[in-house]
Amino acid sequence: MIKNISNLGDAALYCDFGKEVNRETNTQVIKYFKTIKKKSILGVNNITPSYNKLIISFDLKKINFNKLKKIIDNIEITKSNNIQNKKFEIPVCCEKEFSLDIKRLEEILKIKREKIYENFFEKEFFCYMTGFIAGMPFLGDLEENLRAKRLDTPRVKVPKGAIGLTEQFANIYTFESPGGWNIIGNTPLNIFDNSKEKEPNLINPGDLVIFKRITKEKYQNYHE
Amino acid sequence: MNKNYFEIIRAGINSTFQDLGRNHLYHIGIPFSGAMDNRNYLLANKLTGNNHNHPVIEFAYQGPHLKYYGSPINIAITGDVSFKIKKGDNLIDGKCYQSFILENNDELDIISTNKSVYGYLSISGTFDLKFQWSSCSTNTKANIGSNGGKKIGIGQKFSIKQINNDFSKKRLVYINSKIEKIRVLRGTNFNYFSDEAKKMFFEKEFTVSKLSDRMGMRLEGPKIENIIDTNIKSEGLVKGVIQITSDGNPIIMLSDHGTIGGYPKIGVIISADYDKLVQLPPGSRIRFQQVELSDAENLFKLYEMETQNLIYQIK
Repeated sequence: MIKNISNLGDAALYCDFGKEVNRETNTQVIKYFKTIKKKSILGVNNITPSYNKLIISFDLKKINFNKLKKIIDNIEITKSNNIQNKKFEIPVCCEKEFSLDIKRLEEILKIKREKIYENFFEKEFFCYMTGFIAGMPFLGDLEENLRAKRLDTPRVKVPKGAIGLTEQFANIYTFESPGGWNIIGNTPLNIFDNSKEKEPNLINPGDLVIFKRITKEKYQNYHE
Repeated sequence: MNKNYFEIIRAGINSTFQDLGRNHLYHIGIPFSGAMDNRNYLLANKLTGNNHNHPVIEFAYQGPHLKYYGSPINIAITGDVSFKIKKGDNLIDGKCYQSFILENNDELDIISTNKSVYGYLSISGTFDLKFQWSSCSTNTKANIGSNGGKKIGIGQKFSIKQINNDFSKKRLVYINSKIEKIRVLRGTNFNYFSDEAKKMFFEKEFTVSKLSDRMGMRLEGPKIENIIDTNIKSEGLVKGVIQITSDGNPIIMLSDHGTIGGYPKIGVIISADYDKLVQLPPGSRIRFQQVELSDAENLFKLYEMETQNLIYQIK
């Protein structure tokens, strides 16, 4: 449930679902997101779900904070747990040229790289949200022993397909962009396809993801 | 190539196609985009007889130099811009907020914006563009929008599907006013900052940094001290949000901003001041003034009324 609604500027609602970041809270956020989206409320421009927040931005020419808050306060969310989960297997190559920060992680976490990869590849991840850059999935939760902070100075360019770790999450860089996550591998799979108007994203909030290690040869021949 | 087209002789620094932008895509990480200065975008279209959501060329600092081929067409430029029109051996000084007729072989040289960042070129016709999510707006970082999501390049040719037949001279008397204070609402992490920092934020001057673009505007000034945590759990952003990064400097989210961010939000620029904010070039000094939500809503109504009045004045 929404714990509190405040304003984020004069043209957005900031819905707070509590401090905890876990699947239960995030499932609530996604339910609200889907329900509000379906309602197509006049003046609502964008709805952004994240771990434990939902931000609803609107056109100040058509509606204002108090009017929209009243609508959201009175929205009824179905109790059933009917989020449809899709399952994906993402191929990842961890050759030296792709695992840019594995050495750093070995040092910070004090775990050998073999063990880091073993833990990473046996985990089933849950997609909490997508965004920052188009289509980037935020996947949780990493086990406690794999949690590390962002790089102190973000990279100016992280390559497309890079798999990054930060704190309890893994993500996938859908195209080359700046970024500060610890890079451990690269996927040849296209996660975001902007030529598709309808569903450009492969992975959406609520979906489940496992990563599968592939050889360099397989990586290079992936699109053949 | 269609018989009416523009050829790009010089591309300028950041020339892109823009319209009102695209909605309903934040949740997959696609920002709003669209013209940065909404008022000047609307005025440009009205001056060439177009409806409100019609593609224009937005340029920053140095604009493009174009050559026109085809039957006569009206153009207009808005913002604070120096430009020239070349008709044979005749070189005409251009004026903003007026329409000019271009004929076959005429050239339009958009030299620069003056003490501002963005300008707009509209034509009394329709560029033949491929839209993405029903908008031409170009986000060059994500390669989304018309022209393959890229800046307009030298040597490119852009054909015009249709020319409207309104060749009446249109003009508007308008001067872009300078802004002295940018008005701000408290952000959702306002209490992450020390009392001293909050006070400084509204009392001291900040300078617009060179590292500013359509995604964000970085500011330099007194360091804003965070007393809780320099990171928050990543969450949605909207344009105008002022985040304070780990080094204590503000960064303001602009139209191509990343949709999710993890730095604390000290404030949000009010909607009424957004168009003026984006026009501040690097080196400009700004001060923030705190207002309440009801003030922000009223100021937006006033700003909107003013914009509509300007549009009505264009005959």
